[in-house]
This record gives sequence, structure tokens and C-alpha cells, in this order.
Amino acid sequence: MFEKMKDIIAEQLNCEKETITLETNFKDDLGADSLDLFELVMALEDEYSVEIPSEDLENLTTVKAVMDYLKNKGVEE
Amino acid sequence: MKRVVVTGMGAITPVGLSVDEFWNSVKEKKTAFGPITRFDASDYRAKLAAEIKDFDAKKYMDFKAAKRMELFSQYAVAAAKEAIEESGLDIEKEDPYMVGCSVGSGIGSLQAMEREYDKLQKKGPGRVNPLLVPLMISNMACGNVSIQFGLKGKSVNVVTACATGTHSIGEAFRTIQCGDADVMVAGGTEASICPIGIGGFAALTALTGSDDPQRCSIPFDKERSGFVMGEGAAVVVLEELEHAKKRGAKILAEVAGYGTTSDAYHITSPAEDGSGAARAMLNAVKEAGLEPEDITYINAHGTSTHHNDLFETRAIKKAFGEHAYNIRVNSTKSITGHMLGAAGAIEFITCIKEIQEGYIHPTVGYSVPDEELDLNYVPDKPVMGNLDYAISNSLGFGGHNSSILVKKYKEV
Repeated sequence: MFEKMKDIIAEQLNCEKETITLETNFKDDLGADSLDLFELVMALEDEYSVEIPSEDLENLTTVKAVMDYLKNKGVEE
Repeated sequence: MKRVVVTGMGAITPVGLSVDEFWNSVKEKKTAFGPITRFDASDYRAKLAAEIKDFDAKKYMDFKAAKRMELFSQYAVAAAKEAIEESGLDIEKEDPYMVGCSVGSGIGSLQAMEREYDKLQKKGPGRVNPLLVPLMISNMACGNVSIQFGLKGKSVNVVTACATGTHSIGEAFRTIQCGDADVMVAGGTEASICPIGIGGFAALTALTGSDDPQRCSIPFDKERSGFVMGEGAAVVVLEELEHAKKRGAKILAEVAGYGTTSDAYHITSPAEDGSGAARAMLNAVKEAGLEPEDITYINAHGTSTHHNDLFETRAIKKAFGEHAYNIRVNSTKSITGHMLGAAGAIEFITCIKEIQEGYIHPTVGYSVPDEELDLNYVPDKPVMGNLDYAISNSLGFGGHNSSILVKKYKEV
């Protein structure tokens, strides 16, 4: 899951895949703004066929937070 | 009123991705017409378009900025970059609130609308892209140009269909004349070669059904049968004369007059007697302090539709009387196709190049004269020789008429 996530994040936020770790913070480390996060979430929703309500967005600040969130939703890989 | 000059020009066109490339194509009579490739157009009445090939937005702006712009905004930013670079304007040295932006688009992004409407239908409202609105709305070309270059003065998007480019430059001219800005980045942009764009204009029978690239956009020709859709952007830097002189800018031409009227007549057809367009031309001549007899050249709107070319010809005769027969009238759309909201702006740039080089380009492809269209449309060959003034006309759906008069720059 981490590898695939890195691909999606690198593409959506235009950053080097190698620099992404579990601790990477979208805003602080990758300079993402609110519109970037919307787009990232849309891409994740498409990829994993889940729905992420916008009120959940504020907690999804790091790569790990997103992965945990998706696992809670039953996403396995 | 303050005097206004042009100090920079930029263009992204179907025949060249810079002003130099565009102008070389004009001189080589290199047109841009070919089969529509952006989508499968086999069921469409219109077969040809003047598409821009090989445009790479990332050459002009960073990846993230480009991703947040539709094509019409990207074209505008790219053309503005060339214009500002040529002008040598350093925004750091200016009061940014005195540098404005008047870049218009007639339509905005139909593509974004198509894409997201399709998603809405297939996947529901939750899948609509959050960027849809800021990608699509027509003012975003202007918004993006001002953001990219830090222009904090007046920022407006004039939307007057096919007259957008001329109105955008004309209103920028007025802004500087009145002292509301020292500099205005002004022009037009359009990118609507997409299914609903072609489908909509074709349904109106505004587009030609010709599949012959040599005989499709043929303004003033008896066999004309509609326009060919083009795309692109043209942007200029307009500047108050003293401001330009003070910073040692190279002055390319002077804007001397601007006239604009409405036909108040019909939603798509120009007035049949050309009275509204005639008045717009005469207003521009008067503002420039000239007599109608001083005008020897008009860059016509000349779309290649039956109505436009006939009624515009009548307008020129109405404005200039017998003198109309001494005026050279050409149409740049014979080369670029109809760039819609960008048309007036690229034709304004064409007028400046023509004045600079004393070179009036021919109406390419013109070959069969029409009885009532009996002016000198510059067939076959360019006209060489000194040129002091040029009028550029634009007419838009809704009855918008606008004419702008460019003059060779002289100190007094």
C-alpha cells in the first residue's frame, strides 16, 4: 500500500517519490494547500474505491494518517 | 488625456508560438488549417480547425501552476510572459497597484465543463473536481496572468464574444488614458476546440463544412461558407508614454483611437447596413484626430461567414464613402482561423507588425470575387510601403462592435 500511495502522492503533489516517508506531512513537507489535498483525496478515493467525507480531511495530515484511515475503512493493499 | 504606447507583444497561435514565429508564418502565407485531432469529429459538420500543436505549458510556468489552469489560461500566461519580457518591465521597480491586467476570454473552459458534467452524470455530484470552477470560469485567464506576474492594479475580464480581444485592449487603453494605471497587460485568449465548442458553433452554421484546407477560411470570397475555429492567445503591454520613456522602453507603436458601439439588433447577426460598426470605426478615427481620408488600411474582422463579410464591407463603405475603395482591407483569419476571444488581440499585433515593416499581408486564399464585396481585399500579394495608421475591427455576437486605431509612433 505504501508504494502505491507514494506514486499517487508524487503525481498529485509533484514531488520526488523517494522523499516520501510515513512521517511526511503534506502541508509542511510538501507545500500542499487545501486544493492540493482535495485533489489528493479525490485520487485516493478513485484508487481505493472509498469515500472520504470532507470533515475527515483535517485529520489526514501525514502519509501514515492516511494509511491508517484507509485501513480502518477496510482497504488492505 | 494621457498618450498610450505599446512596449511588448506576445502570441501563442496556430501558426507560431511567439510573435516572431507567427509573423514569419504570415509572411510565408503559412496557414494552420487541418483536420480536427483533439477528438473524433467524424460525425460533426465541421471537419477542420486551426489547432495549436506542440504547446508545452511547463515551458512558461511551474508544473503546479499549469495543473491548475485550463488551456485558455495557459495560453494567456504564455503570451503574457513573452510580452512582459519584451517590454523589459520590472515589476519590482513599479508600484504594482499601477500595473493592471485586462486579458479576456470569450468562453472560458468548455472542456472542464464537459469533463466534469460527464463525471457528474456517471458517478454523481461527489465526484466533481473541486477545481472545476476556478479552472473553468472565463475570468481566470486574467486572474492567472495577474497572479503569475504580480500585477496588482485593475484586473478585468471583458467578455464580448468575438470582440473580446479588441475590447480588452481598448478598455486597457482607456484605463491608462484616464490615469488609473501606468501599465496594462492586455489581450485575449481562447481554447474551445472541443466537442461542445465545435458542436455549438456548427449548429449555428457559423463554421464552414469545407474539408479543403486551401478553401476553408476564405474571408470576402464568394465561396466562403463559415469560419474555421482557431485558438490561442495574444497579449500586449500598453504603457503611458512618459512612463515608457522614463524607463527607456522600446516603443513599438501608439494606440491613438478606440471606438465601440452596439448594433442593438440581433443576437448573432451584425446590423445589415453596417451602421454600428461604421460608427465604431469613425469614433476611433475622430479620437485619433484624423480624417477618414487618412485611413489607408483596415484589418477587418473578416470571419469568412456570409453575413459578417457582407455587412462589414457595407460598414466600411458607410464609414468611408468613396474613399473605401482606396483602403486596403485584409483578414488575418485567412491564416489563423478565428481565434474568437483572442482574435482582436492577434489582429492588433498584426497591425503593429505591418506598420513597423510597411507590409500589409494578403488575404490568403481569396480567389473568387463576390459582386457586392468590391473593396480591395489584398488578394495574392502583400502591399509594401510606408504605413502610418491601421484600424483593427472586431464584431461579436450580441452586436458588439469595436475598432482600435494603431499609429506609427512619432515623438510629436
